[in-house]
Amino acid sequence: MAKAATRDGYGSGLVKVGSNKNVVVLDAGVSDSTRTNKFQEKYPERFFNMGISEQDMVGTAAGLAKCGKIVFATSFAEFLMGRTQDHQLVSVAYSESNVKLIATHTGLAVGEDGPTAQAQNDVGMARAMPTMIVVEPADAVEAEKVVEFLVSHKGPAYVRLGRPEVETIYDDSYAFELGQATKLMDGNAAAIIASGIMVQESLKAAEMLKQENTEVAVINMSSIKPIDKEAIRQAAQTGTIIACQDHNIYGGLGSAVAEVIAAESLNCRFGIVGIKDQFAESGSQEELFKKYGMDAEAIANAVRKAVSG
Amino acid sequence: MDIEALKAKAKQLRIDSLKLTNQAGSGHPGGSLSAADILTALYYRQMKYDASNPQWAERDRFILSKGHCTPLLYSVFADVGYFPKEELATYRKIGRLTGHPNPKLPGVEIATGSLGQGLSVGHGMALAARLDGKDYRVYVLLGDGELNEGSVWEAAMSAAHFKSDNLIAIVDNNKVAQDSITAELKGVEPLGRKFESFGWHAIRIDGHDMAAILNALEEAAKAKGKPTAIIADTIKGKGVSFMEGQPKWHGKAPDAEQLKKAIAEIENG
Repeated sequence: MAKAATRDGYGSGLVKVGSNKNVVVLDAGVSDSTRTNKFQEKYPERFFNMGISEQDMVGTAAGLAKCGKIVFATSFAEFLMGRTQDHQLVSVAYSESNVKLIATHTGLAVGEDGPTAQAQNDVGMARAMPTMIVVEPADAVEAEKVVEFLVSHKGPAYVRLGRPEVETIYDDSYAFELGQATKLMDGNAAAIIASGIMVQESLKAAEMLKQENTEVAVINMSSIKPIDKEAIRQAAQTGTIIACQDHNIYGGLGSAVAEVIAAESLNCRFGIVGIKDQFAESGSQEELFKKYGMDAEAIANAVRKAVSG
Repeated sequence: MDIEALKAKAKQLRIDSLKLTNQAGSGHPGGSLSAADILTALYYRQMKYDASNPQWAERDRFILSKGHCTPLLYSVFADVGYFPKEELATYRKIGRLTGHPNPKLPGVEIATGSLGQGLSVGHGMALAARLDGKDYRVYVLLGDGELNEGSVWEAAMSAAHFKSDNLIAIVDNNKVAQDSITAELKGVEPLGRKFESFGWHAIRIDGHDMAAILNALEEAAKAKGKPTAIIADTIKGKGVSFMEGQPKWHGKAPDAEQLKKAIAEIENG
């Protein structure tokens, strides 16, 4: 299976939408890592590297957007979300500026750079801002499609991308739709709802469970806000939902799914696979996922436990 | 408008600002009084805009980065016709005249109220003018206390780096913040040299001298290759003896008796 990082899909997506003269891309001094350098090579006049000053980048993005530009403001998630949240709230969300906040390098998947780069509370912060939509693509194809979608979507957006290569799930015929989950595997024993790199892990877990004659559904919930409530209702009919995220168990996709389950009194068992409210350490993505209980094996175990419980 | 008319307008706006805070029972009179001459020069002489067409693409942009001074901003907006004067009765009440500027209100370019964001936003607008080949200018009014915010200096670095000469920062240097005088809270001087060392053209003026304000704005308009910072030395609570230089009048409304006394002082000042 082909592999590519979602940040790569972002870079190629930007080049695709660059023919739209209103598209402007900002970065905060990490353009080779975020792949905005691809856009810079092709459209240098509409690329501004704001240097290592993320707060200024977000404000500048808002100003450009208020003059009709469609602005992609990009950095590592920890620096973009953690450092500039108030600027996002006032200058972007409250002001309804047409700014797309693109955060790469998220969760334990960041790996060797350690906890100061392993953003784990960004989805919670983004989700709690009115007017902000939150999307975490599962592969590079979806990331590219999300970029195309964002050009036509007027308003603030937070997009969560990853550092490592992940397996490519979709082909070019895939169309991203806001608020619409996609079911990647069918099954009645349980449903796994995942986003980002955890979709890949969930698919592996589902294959493992299949060997044990446990058929589970795998749902890619890339649109975290707005969330696909109907997909959650259907998932609940299996009797078990396991939400998987490379994010703190508080505030992420799992919380968003739990909110729907609680609000609609859906009758199902529920569990979250994610970062268990702790700081991790350095290591490869695979090592960290294993140690912190977020790999395919951990997901399969969560399903086994729920189904037998 | 000639200088005498501008001076009279500034007096009227000071009185309107105090009436608004009194009527609302809360708000920020001190910084509104210190910035009144600056906003008068901008809205009644310097800036091109059309209150009947707030989104006119060629308009000069103004950002009240010290967003708490809505008594003054809304007094100006009602006076120049962004919204009906009767609506001022809803200031700080249910509706769109929020305590800090709300982007849904005509004339407001962006929400402010959390300090340190306006200069970056203004610079983004300045860059957009460059991309679109437009000649509008962007004016950002900052407080001196606000300059404690590090993000202001990020923006200052950026605007110089990108040689954004269509960006003009005006510092309402009234030397008083909420807690204390700024020099005691966390000193920001020497402001002219700070901005110059960041690559800006800096002009220092008496922010209550209308002719000096107009001259500085003209000089800023001619700047080439670098942004301009106008350091306007002002007095917080200007024109009202018991408010001048007093931190306690940063965010407190005058009662009826105080309002009466203040108006009399401004009228006779």
